[in-house]
Amino acid sequence: MSQIKPDARHVTSATDSAVSVRNVSKVYGDVQALKDLTLDFPRGELTSLLGPSGCGKTTLLKIIAGLLPATSGEVLINGKAVSGPGPDRSFVFQDFALMPWASVIRNVAFGLELRGVAKSEREAVAEKYIAAVGLAGFEQKFPHQLSGGMRQRVGLARALSVNAEVLLLDEPFSAVDEQTRRKFQEDMLELVQKEKKTFIFVTHSIEEAVYVSDQIAILLPRPSRVSEIIRPSSFRDKGVDNIRRDPEYLDIVDGIWASLRSYVE
Amino acid sequence: MKNRSLMLKLLSALIVFGAWEIAGHIPISYAFPTFLESMAALARMTFDGTIFVAYAETLRPLVVGVAISAVLGIGLGLWIGLSKGFEWLFAPIFIVMQAAPLAALIPILVMIYGIGLTSKVFVVCIMAMPVIVLNTASAVRNTPASLKEMATSFMAADRDVLLKIILPAASPVIFSGLRLGVSAGFIGAILSELKITPTGVGDIITYSRSIADYPSMYAAIFSIILLAVLFLNLLEALENMLFEGNNRGYVSD
Repeated sequence: MSQIKPDARHVTSATDSAVSVRNVSKVYGDVQALKDLTLDFPRGELTSLLGPSGCGKTTLLKIIAGLLPATSGEVLINGKAVSGPGPDRSFVFQDFALMPWASVIRNVAFGLELRGVAKSEREAVAEKYIAAVGLAGFEQKFPHQLSGGMRQRVGLARALSVNAEVLLLDEPFSAVDEQTRRKFQEDMLELVQKEKKTFIFVTHSIEEAVYVSDQIAILLPRPSRVSEIIRPSSFRDKGVDNIRRDPEYLDIVDGIWASLRSYVE
Repeated sequence: MKNRSLMLKLLSALIVFGAWEIAGHIPISYAFPTFLESMAALARMTFDGTIFVAYAETLRPLVVGVAISAVLGIGLGLWIGLSKGFEWLFAPIFIVMQAAPLAALIPILVMIYGIGLTSKVFVVCIMAMPVIVLNTASAVRNTPASLKEMATSFMAADRDVLLKIILPAASPVIFSGLRLGVSAGFIGAILSELKITPTGVGDIITYSRSIADYPSMYAAIFSIILLAVLFLNLLEALENMLFEGNNRGYVSD
């Protein structure tokens, strides 16, 4: 891919990409994790990064978050290059990353606490999002008193409470049980509708990616590159109950499996 | 549930003291008084004020030594834990300190620092500090990486990561180091009074033995154990107050 000229870049960001990844490469020692990867994330939509394990999807997410530096290339948020973590992005962790010594409300308010928001103010915001993820009444509980699914709701509330424009979710539902996960996926669709944020969602579940995404980027490994971008069109408006038996949904799931099958050991 | 654990504690105390009483009656040695005789001696020393005068003397090196060990030990431990370079420089010193036969080192300390408070404080520190330093350092090094990453992703400054993530995450192991260090400090305080100059509680032990007043001797030993247990419980209460969620393990486990 050729270098994009500055004016052209301005045009791309002024349209509706909240996040643009431009020619990003990442090298660990002598392992090339990402190679010349370019990808756009439309504003207000949910994009899944889907691929076999070791395809660098979490690496890409952490580069977007500013937690890892890219070896070359750049990530643009609203046209501005990323140099580290920023207030425009927040992260939901696979292992929840909750502070065990802190109550639910302090965990949720932690992002605001680090920004120096006054206690009463940040707790008011936290309470609102605790209620929004369905955990009202659990404010003073500690993480060890919650189930796995509830812990991830705390992680989600924490990410929402800083009011970042872009939410980065690293396999957020992989550590919760199947039934909780389905509920999460339904809630996720509602959240994308309601919050008007840009979601970037890493997952290894094909069904999950197709179910929740506006756009699915299939990454293939060694070195990682985008092999295909799929935009499901017809089943999104048919309601949460009908998606899983929609013919297009089933076709996309089958199609993705057909292209990933040969990469799974 | 809470009542049950209290009951068990009382029961185990009752068994130990009962066994002590029986052993004193057999007797296993003429130098071994019964539990009740010892308690009578303790009550006598309490009422005539001897024990308070003794503790005023003993607590000085103990409190100073434990305070120095806690502050300096946690500080050094943090420093060692946070920086790769200082681990190889300092950790061996404390490992050696922990393993050294202290009683054999006391004459050297006395030669250098004399027989006063300084030497006694040193003995307490040598006993108490290594475990505090080593525990703190390893706890800091083992802070869950995902918590540090979480803080960074929410734009925490280095100071916030240290104060709000690393220290609270390390606190259970730091506190267990403190508990071990403080009990070692009690041993050090008594050891210094027996080996350097007989003062305070060490004096009661030495003097009572020399006049064959064994109940008083055992009463003094009992009182120091009691004090150590009380202090450790206080430390535990402090930990539970500071880091409430920690006493039920880690979420990510």
